[in-house]
Amino acid sequence: MKKFFESFGKNIMETASNAGFTCLLLLQSIYWLKAFFSKFKEILRQMFVVGYQSMPVTLIVGIFVGFVLALQTGLSLKPFGMENLIAQIAGVTMTREMGPLMTSIILAGRVGSAMAAEIGSMRVSEEIEALEVMSISPVKYLVMPRIVALTIMCPILTIFANTIGVIGASIVGKLQIGVPYYTFFKDAAEFIEFKDIYSGLFKALIFGITIAVVSCSQGLRTRGGTVGVGESTRKAVVNSLLLILIFNYFLTSLISRMFY
Amino acid sequence: MAMIELTGVWKRLSGWNVLADMNLSVNEGETFVIIGRSGIGKSVTLKHIVGLMKPDKGTVVVDGISVPELSPSGLSDFRQMFGYLFQSNALLNSLNVKENIALPLREHEQVSESDISERIAGRLTAVELAGTEMLSIDSLSGGMKKRVALARAVIRRPRIILYDEPTTGLDPVTSATINILIRNTQKELGVTSIVVTHDMNSAYYVGDRIGLLHGGHLIQVGTPDDIKNSADPAVKQFINGLSEGPMTDKDYDKDSA
Repeated sequence: MKKFFESFGKNIMETASNAGFTCLLLLQSIYWLKAFFSKFKEILRQMFVVGYQSMPVTLIVGIFVGFVLALQTGLSLKPFGMENLIAQIAGVTMTREMGPLMTSIILAGRVGSAMAAEIGSMRVSEEIEALEVMSISPVKYLVMPRIVALTIMCPILTIFANTIGVIGASIVGKLQIGVPYYTFFKDAAEFIEFKDIYSGLFKALIFGITIAVVSCSQGLRTRGGTVGVGESTRKAVVNSLLLILIFNYFLTSLISRMFY
Repeated sequence: MAMIELTGVWKRLSGWNVLADMNLSVNEGETFVIIGRSGIGKSVTLKHIVGLMKPDKGTVVVDGISVPELSPSGLSDFRQMFGYLFQSNALLNSLNVKENIALPLREHEQVSESDISERIAGRLTAVELAGTEMLSIDSLSGGMKKRVALARAVIRRPRIILYDEPTTGLDPVTSATINILIRNTQKELGVTSIVVTHDMNSAYYVGDRIGLLHGGHLIQVGTPDDIKNSADPAVKQFINGLSEGPMTDKDYDKDSA
């Protein structure tokens, strides 16, 4: 029993320490935004890694989410003769929820894990200490460019995911549910409001910051060689996903109070 | 006045007193070698000097500055007087040779790209790696990486250079080359140096004075000849590489120090 409480207490302390370190890292990164222009080349490189290289998988996931949304709603509504509503349902669901959420999940798995592993490897091979000894802030050199890149690229990728998702929904709507393209896009244009789009993009922006800061934090806190790098990578993905889902609820609640 | 002075330093890590009443005094322009068994606290000593670790007890003073009392920004300024050669080289794999050496220059000095290229070419020539600027770090051998790391450590002409196991893992010929480079760097820049090693050939060649770290503190300090002729059984055991003697695996037991 004593061991259980010891272990429980240790986990609580570690979680609190992790959370504190991550918040501090975010504040330090905001401070180092003053080095934005001097690190612009690195920010562009990170944007390429985050954005361009994640584009194919984002588009594939986006179109299949669109397919499924149209199919599920279409099959449910068709018996009632309400299949024309799929444009509204699929479009609004995609822009408000599924676009930012799926894009963020992809980025947490693909980019967040890579960030944690890269920075974690640098930690165990003393590269972070080398930066510190050279009076180069690891936050300025490594973390800030990654946070900026993800903050910019997550909403941009979400726009692509939303667009391809709606196109996917229209294809299934036409081929399997029988809703003509013209009707689908006319309804979509009528029912998808700007606030649906920018509330989704706002979520994507928050998710992008979350993934980057959590992943960099785990990377910097890596201890214990290659096993430690694996552990940090796992924690980066799990913690990012958990926070995305938790923040998604609170952001949805906040946005609905503000705009709907 | 000593350039580097550690007085009564204690540091406990993982339930073990790695440093226990550690005293060290290194004069300006001197090359001091710390020898000792693996994992006995040599690198920890260097990390205290450069402010990567804080002592639990005791003082660390470098050039009149009390290192543990420095603020983060003060520490950043303070570290600019150092060059540090890490045991693992700590070169950034995402950068090529030139970018690695240029890193501290680009971060801290307002110099043109042509000046940077010129200084790097000169430094690479000094470490016998002329023309390797554009090579990736992955394509270099262990000895080449060590020399690139040395070039990076001295590119800003530091006042103090710390070498953490500079010849570990290298063949004897490459080790000898690294020793010569350390000696040449010392002559050229006139810096204060601390070399941490368990390679006695390296210690005798580069050191003005040598100290044996055992039980958390230096048990003997002297010139290379003093160490070679020491009557201390621990020193004799270490320099002759004997398994029998006062140094045992119990040295690593918790609370032994």
